Amino acid sequence: MKIKIGAGILVFFALMAVLGPLLIGADPAATSEDGLQGPSAEHWLGTTQTGQDILVQIVYGARVSLGVGVLSALIATVLAVAVGLVGGYVGGAVDEALSVLTNIFLVLPALPLIIVLAGYLPQRGVASVAVVIAVTGWAWGARVLRAQTLSVRRRDYVQAARASGEGPLRIVFYEILPVLLPVIATSFLATVVAAILAEAGLSFLGLADLSTVSWGSMLYFAQNGQALLIGAWWWFIPPGLCIALIGTGLALVNFGIDEIANPRLRTIKAPRKARA
Amino acid sequence: MRFLARRLGFYLLTAWAAITLNFLIPRLMPGDPVELLVARMKGNVDPAAIDAMRRAFGISDASPWRQYLDYLGNLAHGELGRSITFFPTEVSTVIADSLPWTVGLVGVATLISYLIGTSLGVIMAWKRGTWLDGVLPAATFMHAVPYFWVALALVFVFGVTLRWFPVSRAYGLDVMPGLTGEFARSVLYHATLPAITIVLASMADRILGMRNVMVTTLGEDYVVMAEAKGLTSRRVMWAYAARNAILPNITSFALSLGFVVGGSVLTEIVFSYPGIGSMLLKGVENEDFPLMQGIFLVISLAVLVANFLADLAYVVLDPRTRQETE
Amino acid sequence: MNVLEIRGLGVDYLSGSGAVHAVSGVSLDLRRGEILGLAGESGSGKSTLANAVARLLRPPASITSGSVVYRRQDGSAVDVLALGGNELRAFRWKELAVVFQSAMNSLNPVITVGAQIDDVLRVHAPRMSRNERTERSVELLQRVGISADRRRSYPHELSGGMRQRAAIAIALALNPEIIIMDEPTTALDVVVQRDILAEIRALREEYGFAVVFITHDLSLLMEISDRIAIMYAGRVVETGTAKALHRAPRHPYTLGLLRSFPRLRGPREELPGIPGVPPDLRSPPPGCAFHPRCAMAVAECSESLPVLRTEADGEVACLLNDGRGVS
Ligand SMILES: Nc1ncnc2c1ncn2[C@@H]1O[C@H](COP(=O)(O)OP(=O)(O)O)[C@@H](O)[C@H]1O
Ligand code: SF4
Ligand SMILES: [Mg+2]
Repeated sequence: MKIKIGAGILVFFALMAVLGPLLIGADPAATSEDGLQGPSAEHWLGTTQTGQDILVQIVYGARVSLGVGVLSALIATVLAVAVGLVGGYVGGAVDEALSVLTNIFLVLPALPLIIVLAGYLPQRGVASVAVVIAVTGWAWGARVLRAQTLSVRRRDYVQAARASGEGPLRIVFYEILPVLLPVIATSFLATVVAAILAEAGLSFLGLADLSTVSWGSMLYFAQNGQALLIGAWWWFIPPGLCIALIGTGLALVNFGIDEIANPRLRTIKAPRKARA
Repeated sequence: MRFLARRLGFYLLTAWAAITLNFLIPRLMPGDPVELLVARMKGNVDPAAIDAMRRAFGISDASPWRQYLDYLGNLAHGELGRSITFFPTEVSTVIADSLPWTVGLVGVATLISYLIGTSLGVIMAWKRGTWLDGVLPAATFMHAVPYFWVALALVFVFGVTLRWFPVSRAYGLDVMPGLTGEFARSVLYHATLPAITIVLASMADRILGMRNVMVTTLGEDYVVMAEAKGLTSRRVMWAYAARNAILPNITSFALSLGFVVGGSVLTEIVFSYPGIGSMLLKGVENEDFPLMQGIFLVISLAVLVANFLADLAYVVLDPRTRQETE
Repeated sequence: MNVLEIRGLGVDYLSGSGAVHAVSGVSLDLRRGEILGLAGESGSGKSTLANAVARLLRPPASITSGSVVYRRQDGSAVDVLALGGNELRAFRWKELAVVFQSAMNSLNPVITVGAQIDDVLRVHAPRMSRNERTERSVELLQRVGISADRRRSYPHELSGGMRQRAAIAIALALNPEIIIMDEPTTALDVVVQRDILAEIRALREEYGFAVVFITHDLSLLMEISDRIAIMYAGRVVETGTAKALHRAPRHPYTLGLLRSFPRLRGPREELPGIPGVPPDLRSPPPGCAFHPRCAMAVAECSESLPVLRTEADGEVACLLNDGRGVS
């Protein structure tokens, strides 16, 4: 149930990002005379100070926000898989070194590092922002994957494959990686949300590409356009809500998976008789 | 104590890594920061500033190794260079002025959030299957809400609309900083909304995390035995279940600190709170690389110290880590 | 004189794929001061039965039928399954205490052993002073062979045997009438196991409590128990004095267990005396649940359910010989 609701939310936003702009057609940057209007039949979510339609911006923003999220999660996941699998499979000093590296990136505060790195970027395009976020966001996945690799490596069929002289690359790609796919998928999804949050933060600070519409940059303009002081709640609420909803969708999927793995977490009604 | 020694070793290593990263970033990122700055300012930079910056980064014609050693030497003397934004103020002075605000705000807010969130998690696990489960969807939602958005919403509702709380600065323009009750009241009054932001945005993680660990712990034999012993529910819940569930929870709390600090940076910025987060933004906006980097370093070290404090708490709470032999 | 009477008790675990009938129609008496052994392969419902009596079942377990009556020394009867709130709390530990299989898991790892005795006393004997409680803790620990200074030790600082002794000391704290021991020695090595069994017997002589001693190791039960009950697939299939059971077992399952001597370790392993594995308790075989594995089964065994029938010094549930079992 949880998984279904969560997946529904994720699919909804994915469709919005992919198909939304095609359906809606309008230009998110197009200004109009109708500045700062509340929600109406014409502008469902109202307009910005310069008369841009907020719904159109949300739909186009989904593309950039999700795009950056997915792109940096892809990079981060590749890094995580590489570090986690190599460490877990090779073991020994290599593993030791990679573990320390992972733990270091795990404790270092990511957002301040992202801000500093972004500060050095000559141009802050979508791709470079995605890379910067990925560089700081791979450690959690690597840690989980290393632990999983360690346990898979001990399984009989992997031991058998090693004994029969199969090469390490073959074992890693054909025997271990397929088993880890579900873990990789959940860690990927979690990283997407973390990256969306990081991008939103950067854009909100004006440190990402402000010429493209993203949920973060919408919040930047809302804040700088004094949306709060004017009382234009329709300007800043939708972008934040979208971010939080995506996060909720993902969390629901992950919790659902956890509950399948650990039935105790389920919120079934307890027959009171059995408990004092 | 072996446990603490090992953790301490790791933090020292991490501190070294942060310091070295700080050294590498300007060299690895595209462009020479000094030239970048000069170009962007179209040459309108005080030559003294350029010189100070080169020194702070240890950028010179010497070998990279030599530069690294110079950089470490400067750091050892607490020298982080001069801020461009606040030239000729030392970066260390800028940080020293702003850090107390952040430590006060984020420290207190995080503590409150931890205490409330963890207690709620305990109670929700204990009362599983009652109306309290209704909190779960809300917590799941809050867990993904960006800090700065919570901040904006609070400003909108309690600052602009209801006018209950001030929405910027750390204390009123009309009070003199000093050890007076008036100043203290003004500081608390101004810190309310930022603190609530951090508490709200970080609490959901604590609730959900503690609930999960607690639910698992409730199935442990020692909890069943505590119940069999006829202890009061309160004692079973807190002294047996929660007391054990808190241990893994401390570890995940420590790991989440970096995230909380990141969110707090954004929160400070929304409220123009004069802490280190606002300074970081100023640094980035003004291409004030020495300030940026100094702040990153200080934030990193602060997170490491907080992690070490969490480890200390762990040692106090878990007798197994106090064993001499392993 | 019975101290505990279980009648027609049934316990199900509700699960998505149907209810697991872990305990069905169990009737069993515990006499004052006796050691009653409860044996059966892993998964036969021993722990579920014990937990039902101790009121420790949790969801998804639920009691579907039956009653449990506790008889006080003065003859008054207590309906154990109906106890709630403070009454239940008072019943727990004062009247009935439990020793779990693994003391490593049943002792709170972050509290000292002394404090774990102390909190029982604090709740149930509020009039004892702090010093009296400390004295009592020391006395109890010493009684089970643990030195007084170990009071301040944490569970991880004790050896496996010592931890189990400490768990027994905690169980003794309020002089209960009944102690349920669920595989208390399974996790220990043989020498330590012997010591602890001897200790339990000596303590029983001294304090006079009754013991329900659960294990899947029948040889061990033969040594320690006065009477033994054998469980199979959630039902009691035979009861009798240890001697009688050893000399002349009536149920083919008991016979098989005896042939599997000396040791029946490990879960769901095939026993040398009995082919096959225990049935799925979601849908136990019709008739006698043991018939698929029973070498002596007759046609009727898969049709009618044998009921527990009283014989000289024992009971048996087997259709052979007009319900008298193997003879
Ligand atoms: N929490 C549970 N949920 C579902 N089934 C359970 C649970 N606990 C035990 N069972 C089932 O109940 C049966 C009896 O278990 P148990 O009482 O632990 O047996 P024993 O103590 O004799 O080994 C087994 O088939 C077991 O699988
Ligand atoms: S009733 Fe039949 S199947 Fe069951 S034990 Fe007796 S002989 Fe065997
Ligand atoms: Mg058992």
